[in-house]
Amino acid sequence: MTRKPVLEHPTLAVIKKAFPDAGLKATEFREMTTVVIPREKIHEVARYLHDSPDCDYDFLADVVGIDYMGYPVEQPGRFAVSYVLASGKHGLRITLKTYVDPSVDTSGIDFDPELEVDSITDIWPGAEWPEREVYDMFGIRFKNHPDLRRILLWRDFPAHPLRKDYPLRGRGEREHYQTLNRESR
Amino acid sequence: MGIEAALPHDSIMTTQFNRVVNWARRSSVWPLPFATACCGIELMATACSRFDLARFGAEVMRFSPRQADLLIVAGRIGIKSLPVLQRIYMQMAEPKWVISMGACASTGGVFDTYAVVQGVDQFIPVDVYVPGCPPRPEMLIEGIMAIQRIIDNDNIPKDQDGKRLPLNIAVQPNFEPSAQPVDVSIGAT
Repeated sequence: MTRKPVLEHPTLAVIKKAFPDAGLKATEFREMTTVVIPREKIHEVARYLHDSPDCDYDFLADVVGIDYMGYPVEQPGRFAVSYVLASGKHGLRITLKTYVDPSVDTSGIDFDPELEVDSITDIWPGAEWPEREVYDMFGIRFKNHPDLRRILLWRDFPAHPLRKDYPLRGRGEREHYQTLNRESR
Repeated sequence: MGIEAALPHDSIMTTQFNRVVNWARRSSVWPLPFATACCGIELMATACSRFDLARFGAEVMRFSPRQADLLIVAGRIGIKSLPVLQRIYMQMAEPKWVISMGACASTGGVFDTYAVVQGVDQFIPVDVYVPGCPPRPEMLIEGIMAIQRIIDNDNIPKDQDGKRLPLNIAVQPNFEPSAQPVDVSIGAT
């Protein structure tokens, strides 16, 4: 049973007025509002939400990557990046979301210009580590990120393991190690 | 106590030198706790007063591999921490022994994923496996007693055919099970 989303979030009217032709879409689930933003506009809208006194989203709660491969509902793209924002002044929360679609094979770690989103670390410095985690796990790169390295896995790991086409047990990464025996020195 | 009680106090007793050395080694096993998960909590409980690992001479937890004889791998080992574990094993001075404590260290446990080692025995030698999730302190004490038995015998004891003999270690329960309370039925006379 589908329910029509209730779009009463006060920020929606503000950004609709500020970005009339940005192609923003909004949805809502259980009083949590999500704004879907095209990839090119994410930095601009985030900057506005941070700086404008009507919005004043001073806190970035998290940056999340999502892989929609095999998702039961049709989605605009294979991957998504979500930004959860909070405003202490207005007591509001809002989620920004942008979809990206890969253009090269997703089983490896090759650079994909389609899987690149503008970094928001210049707006919220706290985005640095969450963006590194999204890069580590999904291979979505962040343009102008100050230090885009893997954060959990090591540098030479040959995949991005939270992609749905990566096997749960890995491709032998956990077996390829030197073995010590009792005579090892 | 032992045989010395039967001896006159001014006499001497001869034994083998390695028996004395092994007695000293097994009476002062200094463990290095490589505790990464909930097994580490049971390991701490084992060292504390209720279970009192000091009874077995193994209470001195050493956090430097140079000073430890026994590596207790307690908890899951990620492939990122495996090189650390291997280096710690290499840094321990001979003679050294390894206990793999719990399901995760022994087999990977429920963490059958790309990031978790499926049993540390694939990559370092293990002397004693302590099963459980996590093992109770009594089981870890049994594991340390097994290590002591291995030290005493210079290896796992074997019979003439090369088959392993049972170590015959069991921590006996220190209580007698008594009659359990009976259900009270209301209205019965």
